[in-house]
Amino acid sequence: MTTSSPIEQAGGATATYVDKRLGSNKFLSRNLAKVFPDHWSFMLGEIALYSFIVVLLTGVFLTLFFKPSMLEVVYDGSYVPLQGVKMSEAYASSLDISFDVRGGLLLRQMHHWGALIFVAAMAVHMFRVFFTGAFRKPREFNWLIGVGLTVLALGAGFSGYSLPDDLLSGTGLQIARGIMQATPVIGTWMAFLLFGGEFPGTSFIPMLYSVHILLIPGLILALVTVHLMLVWVQKHTQFPGPGRTNDNVVGYPLMPVYMAKAGGFFFVVFGIIALIGGLVTINPIWVFGPFTPDQVSAGSQPDWYIGFLDGALRIMPNWETVIFGWTISWNIMIPAMIMPGILFTAIALYPFIESWVTGDKREHNLLDRPRNAPTRTGIGVMSIVFYCLLWVGGANDIIAVAFDLSINAITWFLRVAIFVLPPIAFVVTKRACLGLQRRDREKLLHGFESGRVLRLPHGEFIEVHQPLSPKDLAVITSKTDIVPLPAPERTDADGVRNKLYRIQALRHRLSTFFYGDNVPKPSAAEIEAGQHHAAHDAAIEAPLHDYEDADQIHTFHGGVLHHPGMEETNAQQIADRSHD
Amino acid sequence: MKFLAARRRSPIVASALLIGALAVVGLGYAAVGSVQPAQAAVGTETQVEAGRQLYLEGCSSCHGLEAQGTGNAPTLVGVGAAAVSFQVGTGRMPLAAPGAQAPGNMPTYTDEEVAALAAYIATLAPGPAIPSAEQLDYADADIALGGELFRINCAQCHQAAGQGGALTQGKYAPNLMESTPQHIYEAMLTGPQSMPVFSDAQLTVEDKQAIIAYVRTLQTEASPGGLTLGKFGPVTEGVFLATAAFGALIAAAVWIGIKAR
Repeated sequence: MTTSSPIEQAGGATATYVDKRLGSNKFLSRNLAKVFPDHWSFMLGEIALYSFIVVLLTGVFLTLFFKPSMLEVVYDGSYVPLQGVKMSEAYASSLDISFDVRGGLLLRQMHHWGALIFVAAMAVHMFRVFFTGAFRKPREFNWLIGVGLTVLALGAGFSGYSLPDDLLSGTGLQIARGIMQATPVIGTWMAFLLFGGEFPGTSFIPMLYSVHILLIPGLILALVTVHLMLVWVQKHTQFPGPGRTNDNVVGYPLMPVYMAKAGGFFFVVFGIIALIGGLVTINPIWVFGPFTPDQVSAGSQPDWYIGFLDGALRIMPNWETVIFGWTISWNIMIPAMIMPGILFTAIALYPFIESWVTGDKREHNLLDRPRNAPTRTGIGVMSIVFYCLLWVGGANDIIAVAFDLSINAITWFLRVAIFVLPPIAFVVTKRACLGLQRRDREKLLHGFESGRVLRLPHGEFIEVHQPLSPKDLAVITSKTDIVPLPAPERTDADGVRNKLYRIQALRHRLSTFFYGDNVPKPSAAEIEAGQHHAAHDAAIEAPLHDYEDADQIHTFHGGVLHHPGMEETNAQQIADRSHD
Repeated sequence: MKFLAARRRSPIVASALLIGALAVVGLGYAAVGSVQPAQAAVGTETQVEAGRQLYLEGCSSCHGLEAQGTGNAPTLVGVGAAAVSFQVGTGRMPLAAPGAQAPGNMPTYTDEEVAALAAYIATLAPGPAIPSAEQLDYADADIALGGELFRINCAQCHQAAGQGGALTQGKYAPNLMESTPQHIYEAMLTGPQSMPVFSDAQLTVEDKQAIIAYVRTLQTEASPGGLTLGKFGPVTEGVFLATAAFGALIAAAVWIGIKAR
């Protein structure tokens, strides 16, 4: 082997030098060529990762100037409307970061915007994984890690929101303490333990600071590492397409394609966060003022990712039960503990529930098209609608002012809608998916409608159907038809009672719910038969052989295109017709 | 005349004329400037009569011929000139249509007509007068104190940045970004609609001036962080995130995805 350029020689020498000490060449040659499939939606998780890195970097800067102390000081910084006001050192140092530290406000705003983008990217990444069935075997554990990361991100966000000790922070903490206190039996003690006495106390914010800058980021980093290692080991899923199977990965190698793309995308994400951080105000703490427990502002909201909890609290009727002098606060427990508990448990367990219901234990490396899993897609859309309605609840006062509505009317609308709209969303989505399945079946049987209308010699008008491209064909035929589990027998052939009857019957019902409406893919025989049938009809209705140019139009009988193998393309057909 | 004509070009004439003109303008302005609030507070007989006529034409159908109130509207006996100045001066009255509360609007009456109406209502019974120029002078007020008082007394309805907030059943605390010092003062004095009254015993004149100074700061201060997004806090930030910010990120992802093919 000859090396020609001096750059290659230098590179080779460096690699050899490192390899002799670390033995890294074998590792690198194996891994740098690793192939990843390509799709824009596979980059949503990357947005989360990169925004997390931005948040870490800006966060380190902020720790240099932030003082997590509840010591009371008199503000003497450069923001005039607060000069001489008594406040905690935490709030005063946040003001200093905003007004007196060079570049402080930019980095504070980048940190906050980056955090919002981090959680949003995780959510959208989760939607992608859910709707394409990427969580199925063998990736259930990675789904669980993802759910854990989401919960940690909520904790990271909320603890950060609470640190500056401005009026919004304190209001948020007051609500968090209220939720803690609503825990039956131990609630009051738990709140006293964490806050070191009555609200707000002086011990919680310093504690929260350690949680925010050390504990949660450490856990997130560890889990992100495992998350990515699992993607590496299990390989990335891919969308169906020509040549893509359950057992291969079609894409580009890490080096150089994904190195360049991922590296470039990091800078794009960094740039967008920096741009927004520089141009758009977030959390103007100087407007809200220092927190004191006797003050609250209208329109106090949490950041978007806690908004659904706030909304649930806001629309909950004021239900309480007093048992032997103990108050059970259903008005707080149901919306702020039971609802999110059920929600996150259901999200975490969904892969296991689905595989149990459908009896599907195969490995899946090829992604589902959302339409081919109508019940799953319906459940996903239903959950999103539920979540968005809670969001509306969280913003009810802002919406009331902005759109001239009564806040009471919004609340009552939501109390009904939260039970009515999600099921409607489920049904509409499922029907839409099944409609799309039918459309796919039609396409396989007759090709796709080209929009080109021809008039036959005997006067009939037909629309030309064209054969599917190899890509469309591969995508549509990727659908796997799953038959619902059979109904169990109460007794077997020998008359022995089936002990598992009840559970099997439940599974049968759920499985039918999942797959009962499935529109099966046409078999090869059906495709053939469909074409013969159409040809037959057309031949009876239009005796084309009477026309001298019948051979020019022989492929367009009866409104459908049928010719052996369906390989004639649009261009060829046009060329055929223009011969005469 | 001969005496004047002879001294027309004397060097002191220019100075004398200038001093004379300044004296006329200055004294005239002082007279107009100081008289007007006093007029509004007390009111001449003709002004009261003009106000009564305006009242009978524009207000009496709801508030009653003697301002005694009807089933549709409260009595105006004892509400004082300040209440009239606020309600009519901000266009809240006359009410365009019954609703959850009277919205601020383009004023129907001119300033003189408002003053006349106020003077007439002030004659019915004693009530809070229109604040004087002295009371409205917030130039020396303590903005930081105003901020604290605003957050304690006003922010729970009008929002910390004065952007307004929702109350029950479609009522609301209005946005303060266009409010004039006089109207803010009158609102504190009279407690229009759902707002409580902040008498001088609760908030002294200096306190009121401090609050006005703080609201003026909120109205005029530049935003250090860039676009304000309406100063509504996390809701509008979330909307911006979901649309512009995430839109840009997805567009970048799609762009990079397309480039590879």
